[in-house]
Amino acid sequence: MRVRVVLDMSELINNLTPAQSNAVKNTDKQQRHISPWLRAIISTLVIIGIWQSIVDIFAMPSFILPAPLAVFERLIERHEVLFKHTLVTAQEIVFGLLLGLFMGLFFALQMLLFKPIKHWLLPLLIASQAIPVFAIAPVLMLWLGYGMASKIVMAALIIFFPVTTCCYDGLRNTPTGYLDLAKTMGATKWQLLRHIQLPASLPTLASGIRVAVVIAPIGAVAGEWVGSSAGLGYLMLQANARMMIDEMFAALLILSALSILLYFVTDKVLKKLIPWEG
Amino acid sequence: MSSSPQVILAPTNSKDTIAVNITITNGYLRYHDSIDPVLSQLNMTMPAKQWTCILGRSGCGKTSLLRYLAGLLDQQVTWSGEYAINANQQVLADLNNQIAYMAQQDLLLPWLSVLDNVTLSSKFGGKMSKSASKVTSQASTNKALTLLAKVGLADNAQHFPQQLSGGMRQRVALARTLMQDKPVVLMDEPFSALDAVTRYRLQDLACELLADKTVVLITHDPQEAIRLADQIYIMQGTPASAENLSVPTSATPRQFDAECAQLQQQIMSCLAKEYRDESEDEDEDEGESGVGYE
Repeated sequence: MRVRVVLDMSELINNLTPAQSNAVKNTDKQQRHISPWLRAIISTLVIIGIWQSIVDIFAMPSFILPAPLAVFERLIERHEVLFKHTLVTAQEIVFGLLLGLFMGLFFALQMLLFKPIKHWLLPLLIASQAIPVFAIAPVLMLWLGYGMASKIVMAALIIFFPVTTCCYDGLRNTPTGYLDLAKTMGATKWQLLRHIQLPASLPTLASGIRVAVVIAPIGAVAGEWVGSSAGLGYLMLQANARMMIDEMFAALLILSALSILLYFVTDKVLKKLIPWEG
Repeated sequence: MSSSPQVILAPTNSKDTIAVNITITNGYLRYHDSIDPVLSQLNMTMPAKQWTCILGRSGCGKTSLLRYLAGLLDQQVTWSGEYAINANQQVLADLNNQIAYMAQQDLLLPWLSVLDNVTLSSKFGGKMSKSASKVTSQASTNKALTLLAKVGLADNAQHFPQQLSGGMRQRVALARTLMQDKPVVLMDEPFSALDAVTRYRLQDLACELLADKTVVLITHDPQEAIRLADQIYIMQGTPASAENLSVPTSATPRQFDAECAQLQQQIMSCLAKEYRDESEDEDEDEGESGVGYE
């Protein structure tokens, strides 16, 4: 009898251990937690340090790799021009994101609601991702002109696939229990979609959106390279042609900062909207 | 077909008078994608306003039976045999709109607050919700708050499910079930994931609050069945049929006494019989469909 009690106790301890170790890990994490701003500053400083030392050690000429300071000077000196072009690219990215999200959601819903359509749409979907954006860019220029529209469509096209697949997967993999529960409550097909399937797919959709936010700038800038009269991509191309490598780097810096900012803002918003996500 | 009797049943204020009893005679159930039936020669009575507990080993078809009763398998199975539902002398064709379903997982929707989870059924259409929509949403909120107070969670109405413990979540699920206010409650091991004391308390609570419902409870725990059942069925065999065991006449939830111990012995030997001739091939159909979601 005593032996059994001891066994039970050890079982109890075994059961508790994961929770306890988790708790320990959590407090560890909290203690080691560094403010994200501090982290950003540290990593920026490290990168600038490496950059500067490469320039110094290898004695890079400024038309191959300009020193960080020269780029910052250029950044301040030309801030008006840079800002104007940043605004254009930012708009292209944001509108491209919205268009791509809308299209992805729409297609995913079509595939969910009308099963046979899926087999027809799938090749189209894959083609949209398999053809390099550079290959269709000239065609889009031809059809939509040199303005913003062609870049928006480019950005939308490049995020279309991840958004659609994530959204479709999210909609398709609703936990069966939720569906059963709603069905026993007498939910119709539309009510299931509206109250169960759509909200349940949000965490999966969110990971699609996170991917989309990072790759959408590729579409926009690639579009600007192929043909445009404004935007950071256009500016970089011009600067490169005129051997203004520091200005090109300035544009590059802004573009990365823009992407990082966009990602973190999106991440913050998504976490706020979907607090139950893992 | 089934709509006309339901209209008669619609007045919800007279819920105490709706008493549904279910009789299954010579029931047979087979999934469309399988050759072998899951259930056959099934005879069962689920009397009105009583707790019917169904025991049986995993995969024997208990969950299939419950899901069939819940109307969740209509597209997937062939059913034959007599299946009679009596509600206040009315004969119903099926249990649509008459049941509330409670599963092993609490199935609380993480994007809704506790209160919204409890009132979830008001979002969904059908005949009952039309009559429910006459009642203002304020009234249904009040009712939900009363029910939450009954299960001891009045202070947690605005919380989200992920902020609650497992026991609290299952109590919210109980409140949601009560909110639906259906004459039949189908429960698939609703207490099995809880620790012993929480389970005990929740059994008492459910027993008190579901006293006027026809309850069908699937469980793996003989003690749970003995505490709560007005009658016990043991499902066994491939395909499965059901065997009725007599239960002490004392009021539920029962204190464990000698009679209960004897019944437990009987249940255990009944269940063990099934394991002894296990050499037969496994039943693949149910596949723990009640457990494997998450």
